Amino acid sequence: MTYRIGLALVIGVVALAVLGPWLSPYDPAAQWLPLRLQGPTWAHPFGLDELGRDILARLIVGARISLLVGVAVVSVSASVGLVIGAIAGYTGGWVDALIGRVMDVLLAFPGILLSIALVAVLGPSLAHVVLALVVGGWVGYARLVRGQALKLRELEFVQAARAIGAPTWRVLRDHVVPGVLPALIVQSTLGMAGAIIAEASLSFLGLGVQPPTPSWGTMLDAGRGHLLDAPHLTLVPGLAIALLVLGLNFVGDGLRDRLSPRG
Amino acid sequence: MTIPVILGVATLVFSLIHLVPGDPAQSMLGESAALGDVVELRARLGLDRPVMTQYVEYLSRAARGDLGTSFRYQTPVTKEIGARLARTAQLACAAMAIAMLIAIPLGTVAAVFRGRAIDQVAMTLSLVGVSLPNFWLGPLLAMVFAVGLGWLPVSGAGSLAHLVLPAITLGAALAAVLARLTRTSVIEELQELYVVAARARGLSWLRTVIRHALRNSLVPVVTVIGLQFGAVLTGTIITETIFAWPGLGRLLIQAIGFRDYPLVQGCILFIAVTYVGMNLLVDLAYGWLDPRIRVR
Repeated sequence: MTYRIGLALVIGVVALAVLGPWLSPYDPAAQWLPLRLQGPTWAHPFGLDELGRDILARLIVGARISLLVGVAVVSVSASVGLVIGAIAGYTGGWVDALIGRVMDVLLAFPGILLSIALVAVLGPSLAHVVLALVVGGWVGYARLVRGQALKLRELEFVQAARAIGAPTWRVLRDHVVPGVLPALIVQSTLGMAGAIIAEASLSFLGLGVQPPTPSWGTMLDAGRGHLLDAPHLTLVPGLAIALLVLGLNFVGDGLRDRLSPRG
Repeated sequence: MTIPVILGVATLVFSLIHLVPGDPAQSMLGESAALGDVVELRARLGLDRPVMTQYVEYLSRAARGDLGTSFRYQTPVTKEIGARLARTAQLACAAMAIAMLIAIPLGTVAAVFRGRAIDQVAMTLSLVGVSLPNFWLGPLLAMVFAVGLGWLPVSGAGSLAHLVLPAITLGAALAAVLARLTRTSVIEELQELYVVAARARGLSWLRTVIRHALRNSLVPVVTVIGLQFGAVLTGTIITETIFAWPGLGRLLIQAIGFRDYPLVQGCILFIAVTYVGMNLLVDLAYGWLDPRIRVR
């Protein structure tokens, strides 16, 4: 049940991002200053922001940015993590030890601290946010894949492949990677929720996407100054983030149940 | 294992200033700064020396507790961190206490009524809690309890009332994680034979759950509380920014805004080392709580 709700929420946000121009005819940068902070009306269903810009139009662009960051961060992090984790787990020895130490150091930075540190020195921008989230993000995937690869390399079919002389890359490609994919898919779905929250957090702190480009995080930050006179500035983007993240968490949880061997 | 990790963390933090595009001294002073000022600041930061010399000096100073001088405040970085540490600790402890007060009863009730409506509601609530970003929950709580009802102050620090909203904002996600874990842990314990034995001796169901199952299931919960300390630490960065709470997280964000790189490096290093230290304590505590691990 929750899986279907999650799927519906995610599809809803994707539809919002794709069908945007048909849903809201307004330019997200166009300003109606006399109507600034106006609440929801038929013309502007989510109201106008502090500069009189249509919140729905900005929400649509923000959805694209959130999804773009989520997909970019997860696909790069998962790919890097898959390759490094599979090599570490399958080959073992000093390679595994070296990769393990690098992962230990990166894991010593809790949450988005490393991303904050990197964006702080590189400067705030969408590209730097993606880079910073990938630098901290691949480790989780690598650790997962490494653990699975360690288990898989002891299984008979993998040992049989090695025994008949299959090169390491082929054993990894044909036997280890397919074995770790279900767990990786679940982690990627949950990771996408994490990446979207992280991007919004960085933008909220002024370290992510820079105005006037709308991001859900920057929209929330702008709304903080108008809690009393225009609560819709905070409610709308926050609800959008929460629903998308909830949807991804529901889907991730559902996939875990469906893809786990016991399920 | 801890010392090589701390050394790696310090190396990464040291290299941060070298990742600044262009000249860090110029970046700190601004584009219009006089060349003489830039050269002077570069010398003051030690950036005019070979990188290896800078690195060795950075490590040796950090090992002695010297994290450099803040560019904005012109005071030792450790002094600035020290002045705000108590506030962050206060907020983090309050958030963890609130999380436990919510999560342990909720998780236990969900486990006892496993599969029933109350369990599904509790677990859906916890998933909602995980999905609610603290940078939204914070303003929402402020909107209702500070702006709307006027019960609590909207920002700042000083009294217990100031602590309530930031602590709930910070503790909500942790409560959600802990509730799920408590549920799993209590379910496992309820299947143990000693629970059946306790029931056979005539103990009431409530007493069996609270005195026996819950008590034993708390070992992994306590461990995860320790491990979640990192999430709480980074959560303080956003929570302190929302509520203008004068702690370490807000100091870090302000330092980034002022391009005070020594202070940024100091805060990052301090938070990461605290987290590593906390993980070490959790490892040791785990062995102390569960004798089987000590034996292994």
